[in-house]
Amino acid sequence: MTTTEHGPGSAGGDDTSGPLHGGPDAEHSPEQLAAMDRTELDRLGARYDGVEVLHVDPVPPPGSPLDKKNTRLVTLWFALAGLFAVAFLVIYAGSGWFLPSWEWEIGGSTWSAIYTPLLGATMGASLICIGVGLVLYVKKLLPHETAVQDKHDGSHFDRVTTGATLMSGLDNSGLPRRKVLLGTIGVMGAAFGAMLIAPLGGLIKNPNTGNPLGTTPWAEGVRLLREDGTPVRPGDQQVGSLETVFPAVEGGNRAADAAVMLIRLRPDQMATLVTAEGREDYGYGDYIAYSKICTHAGCPVSLYEQETSRILCPCHQSQFDVTQGAKPVFGPATRSLPQLPITVDDEGYFRARGDFPEPVGPSFWNIGRLD
Amino acid sequence: MATTTTTAPGQPTTLVGKAALEVDDRLIVAGPVRRTLNKVFPDHWSFLLGEIALYAFVVLLLSGTYLTFFYDATMTEVTYQGSYAAMRGIEMSAAFESSLDISFDVRGGLLIRQMHHWAALLFVAAICVHLLRIFFTGAFRRPRETNWFIGVALLVLAMLEGFAGYTLPDDLLSGTGLRIFSAVFLSIPVIGTWVYFTVFGGDFPGELIIGRLYILHVLIIPAILLALIALHLLILVKQKHTQFPGAGRTEHNVVGNRLFPTFAGKATALFFIVFGLCAALGGLVQINPFWLFGPYNPAQVSAGSQPDWYIGFVDGGSRIFPPWEIVLWGYHIPPVLWGALGIPGVMFTLLALYPIIERKLTGDTASHHLLQRPRDVPVRTSLGMMAITAYVVLWISGGNDVIAEKFDISLNAMTWFGRIGFLVLPPIAYWITYRICLGLERHDREVLEHGIETGVIRRLPSGEFIEVHQPLGPVDEHGHGQLAYGGASVPKKMNQVGGARRAIKGFFSPIEEPAEVQRQAELEARGLESEQASRELTGSGRPSEGGRPSEGGRPQQEPRD
Repeated sequence: MTTTEHGPGSAGGDDTSGPLHGGPDAEHSPEQLAAMDRTELDRLGARYDGVEVLHVDPVPPPGSPLDKKNTRLVTLWFALAGLFAVAFLVIYAGSGWFLPSWEWEIGGSTWSAIYTPLLGATMGASLICIGVGLVLYVKKLLPHETAVQDKHDGSHFDRVTTGATLMSGLDNSGLPRRKVLLGTIGVMGAAFGAMLIAPLGGLIKNPNTGNPLGTTPWAEGVRLLREDGTPVRPGDQQVGSLETVFPAVEGGNRAADAAVMLIRLRPDQMATLVTAEGREDYGYGDYIAYSKICTHAGCPVSLYEQETSRILCPCHQSQFDVTQGAKPVFGPATRSLPQLPITVDDEGYFRARGDFPEPVGPSFWNIGRLD
Repeated sequence: MATTTTTAPGQPTTLVGKAALEVDDRLIVAGPVRRTLNKVFPDHWSFLLGEIALYAFVVLLLSGTYLTFFYDATMTEVTYQGSYAAMRGIEMSAAFESSLDISFDVRGGLLIRQMHHWAALLFVAAICVHLLRIFFTGAFRRPRETNWFIGVALLVLAMLEGFAGYTLPDDLLSGTGLRIFSAVFLSIPVIGTWVYFTVFGGDFPGELIIGRLYILHVLIIPAILLALIALHLLILVKQKHTQFPGAGRTEHNVVGNRLFPTFAGKATALFFIVFGLCAALGGLVQINPFWLFGPYNPAQVSAGSQPDWYIGFVDGGSRIFPPWEIVLWGYHIPPVLWGALGIPGVMFTLLALYPIIERKLTGDTASHHLLQRPRDVPVRTSLGMMAITAYVVLWISGGNDVIAEKFDISLNAMTWFGRIGFLVLPPIAYWITYRICLGLERHDREVLEHGIETGVIRRLPSGEFIEVHQPLGPVDEHGHGQLAYGGASVPKKMNQVGGARRAIKGFFSPIEEPAEVQRQAELEARGLESEQASRELTGSGRPSEGGRPSEGGRPQQEPRD
């Protein structure tokens, strides 16, 4: 059917629609298609998609005992799914209304303790029932069909023609011979790309301003405080024990590199104590203090085994010997835990005599070259 | 045009049909929809593993979106006043407070949070198992290398996504993990300190990292994951799925079920089962109870701190790597670099490049659409087992303190087990796997040549006892089978070739007439000869399937290669 267009934009004359979709529509008239039944149409379409249905295992005939049994089975699973969904809704919305409150308190009701498990169980059961029902539907109520579909390799025709279109477009643009233009576009592209990502430079922070990696809140005269803020006196601790202390500065107990282990050595540990040269006065009496931050990956080393004088990091099992300057004796750590020089002030409380002599925590590229 | 005449043949008469015509008149989708519905998918349980990952991802998107309604990704210090009494009055970040609120003050929030966590564990696990299936069956070979690369990228991204996600609650466990990550950044040669300061916006932990991980976790990585998954599936559809060899299956076809309704039904069923599993786990099995750990504090840690399972091997590598710090002209390269970045880096690089490596080694550059059985490629299978062994040693080492404690083993012995095992066990695994592959291959050939052992002992007139073997196909004058091995599974039990009768259906009582079933089986057996020609393509050709009792116990047609 043709029409004659006179509207704006029309070139005038006959505006004829081309062949509808080529192949199939030309080969099969509507009358022919109308004469075919559904299965035939299905197979015909499939053939156009390169699919051949080879074999269909029929389902049990409708009304047969097996068919009824299978239908009952699938219905049962979907019904169960619905029931569980309703149970979920009742538990979810009913808690605190006609059921006990869902809000959990220590020593609260049993209902609040099983509220989340019940929700999970009902929701999970509902979803799994739908899944099982669908599996059974496919397996027991649908005909088992074996189909085979052709797999095609790439088309040589497509490759050649597409390549020709691309290359002739490139030729027409003249870019390959306009060398200066091409070069300029290259440079422009690079500069443009750099401009787009340049704002990310705002993320970059200089790690070398003020030596943050080499210093901690500890300084000359800073007191050693417990987590709760109380100062520590010699004799507070039992012999052989370990206590975590923090610098008496604002936020000292939350700083990432400030935690220190104050250790009171036993007499026999004192006898075997090895101190590094120039650090003989870092301890105070039978007290010594080491950084708690592991030199391997920065975890707090916390597990102190008194009998062996070893401190164990629970993250990667590095072990440090407190009687040998907290030297690593096993595991992946390579550097000793830095020792904090301590003394006692006029009021009889522990205080630091300065910052750690070396950086605290994990090693890094220029750790040996910090000021 | 034809559409204007309502009386034309084939015009829809039903309401749905008319509506469909209206849609197609505008969008012209009937053709593509039919092609999609007709698409054939091969049927094998192992092809569902990737789908499990896909559905877990859908669960993650749904549950994750829910969680964003309540989560607050700021590190501002607040004092907890919520309903969990044990934490009241404690200083914590707003991120941790909102995580507690999701768990205690949002109705059903704990369920969704735990469902999200379980789905994440399942997501990575399904990716890994899917990857192993692809690897051991050679599905990564040309033309599917691109999808292999995308898959490896998806695995790495999924792990990073998981790490970013479980760090968000800002609790003691995840904060410790983040601190270890910071040490890994710091260990990078030359630019380590710059990377570290850039990532954290200053010294650890700063006040930015949770917000940054949050946007990575909910926007950037999921967007990349989504795009890559879409691409992964598009390429899969375009290239068509691989299939195992079998009768009628060639390099140029796909034998299986059409998308609609069979495959779609099964896939939807699997989605609901995966979703249901996540929901059930989320409600019934506690995961990451961070209210027991408390807020992050750089000075605290609990013993037995373990990351989520997929980060375990990184942790294990850090644990067993010897204390070797390289010092060059005063510059340091700490061992954590090798354990946490070096080993995984080498592993993932080798994994990603494996298709290229294998192509170079074997010189096989042909396209392959038929899968291989692992036994038929002993070198690849053994290399895979070697890699798995190395991974498992690292993974076990990631929990060596827990194993040492539970089994009362020396912790140092566990570390040494990891160090030695990482080097010694993989080659042993290679050797054992290689021998097993050869043994299985030979047994396949033996059955093809001599037939299945029937267990029937016969006494010859000479007094000699022999076991009767059932040949699988035609035999030559010496009684040797003439079937060649076709890359498909070879039946090795009489029941697999119809030695057993079909079971009568019914769980408590038979719902079929035994006599009727018997009659049908006989009919089928008789009809087989005439049907043989047409059935050539239809039987999957894999006798282990064809001979299942539930399928009638038909005597298996002669398998052909």
